[in-house]
Amino acid sequence: MAAILEISDLSCRLDGREVLRHIDLTVEEGETVALLGRSGSGKTTLLRCVNGLVPTVAGEIRFQGKRLAAWDRIAMRRRMGYVIQEGGLFPHWTVAANVGLVPRLEGRPEPEIRGRVNQLLESVGLPPDEFGERYPRQLSGGQRQRVGIARALAADPPLLLLDEPFAALDPVTRFDLQRQFVELRRSFRKAALFVTHDVREALQVGSRIVLLRDGAVDLAASPEEFRKTENEEARVFLKAAGMETDGL
Amino acid sequence: MGSEIASASLEHVELVLITLVIAAVLGLPAAVLILRRARWRRFVVGFVNIAQTVPSLAMFGFLLPLPLVGGIGKRTAIVALTLYALLPIVRNTLVGLLGVDAGVRESAEAMGMTERQILWQVELPLATPSIVTGFRLATVATIGTATIAAAIGGGGLGVFIFRGIAMYDKSMVLAGAVPAAAMAIAADEVLGFIERRLAAR
Repeated sequence: MAAILEISDLSCRLDGREVLRHIDLTVEEGETVALLGRSGSGKTTLLRCVNGLVPTVAGEIRFQGKRLAAWDRIAMRRRMGYVIQEGGLFPHWTVAANVGLVPRLEGRPEPEIRGRVNQLLESVGLPPDEFGERYPRQLSGGQRQRVGIARALAADPPLLLLDEPFAALDPVTRFDLQRQFVELRRSFRKAALFVTHDVREALQVGSRIVLLRDGAVDLAASPEEFRKTENEEARVFLKAAGMETDGL
Repeated sequence: MGSEIASASLEHVELVLITLVIAAVLGLPAAVLILRRARWRRFVVGFVNIAQTVPSLAMFGFLLPLPLVGGIGKRTAIVALTLYALLPIVRNTLVGLLGVDAGVRESAEAMGMTERQILWQVELPLATPSIVTGFRLATVATIGTATIAAAIGGGGLGVFIFRGIAMYDKSMVLAGAVPAAAMAIAADEVLGFIERRLAAR
């Protein structure tokens, strides 16, 4: 397997505060790395360092083997799908226009874009005939996040960046979307960096879990290892979610 | 008298339209240019705010002796009116642009849109209702203030008002005031309608 994203010894400062300290992290082809941590642990900042929304002070990020600084920023971002908690869709564009954003920016031919948009809407469970011409405000929160994911996938990027994409949804919809995301990930075989503060979500969607604490990697583990770990911060998360296993 | 009112009204409309076009040509790009420059923003907004606080009659008085922009006539009137019209246009354009949802802007940037694409395809369309509000306020205010332009030979409906005051002739004052008020109300309604249509989208 090839590494899509390699982060080594990355540090980052925001407003004079050290937000990330010596982060090492690799995302391989086809795997979803769940970035778990409390508020303020630096997980969102780490995500934003990857697509250059936040400048880094030290260390290195390589995307598809090439240093971030060597990439044309715009071209690079178009190869990284991006989904945020809410409000990411353009309210003045239809669902179809939103999903077709990056292919259109890339100047792909219209018929191809239309086909791609329809296929993606279908695969996130929103029939294009019914939803394509709607505006974001005419959708439920869950439907909007589905559109967001379809948009992120539209240009077939090798990497997805997701910042608590389901955090604002009701528990039932959230569970539904988490499951669907795992299926999508399998069928599209994308590498993904998935930020969450929800340990259940991390275990559900992540093929690997990276736990951040005060801006540093506290633990990197598979979901199975994570459930059994004696790492203190991990136990706190599991306990808070009512998932602490017996005997520990 | 009727035809005199008609031609004065026309002249009034002309003053207002020229003013608004100039204010738009200056104000919209100014707002866009200072959008991401906080220091400039304070300076420019401060300037148009101060311009707004100068009483209009005094403004015309200040401008009279200045070279190029001053003197008796329409040009001075238009300069003064433009200074007043700038505030609502610049301010509302900024409010609209800065009011674009942070998540929308962030996504646009993260999806690989260039600054120019974000401005033209995301920020300006989303700011349009607010920009139209600015125009509506500027239009209504300019129609009113333009009556004072007659004091420095700017013409328009203000001619009747000043003449009526001088002659102590109430109906003469009304001949200027009523069409000006009607014009302001009509402009307010029409632009308000456009504004609501845009906001509903």
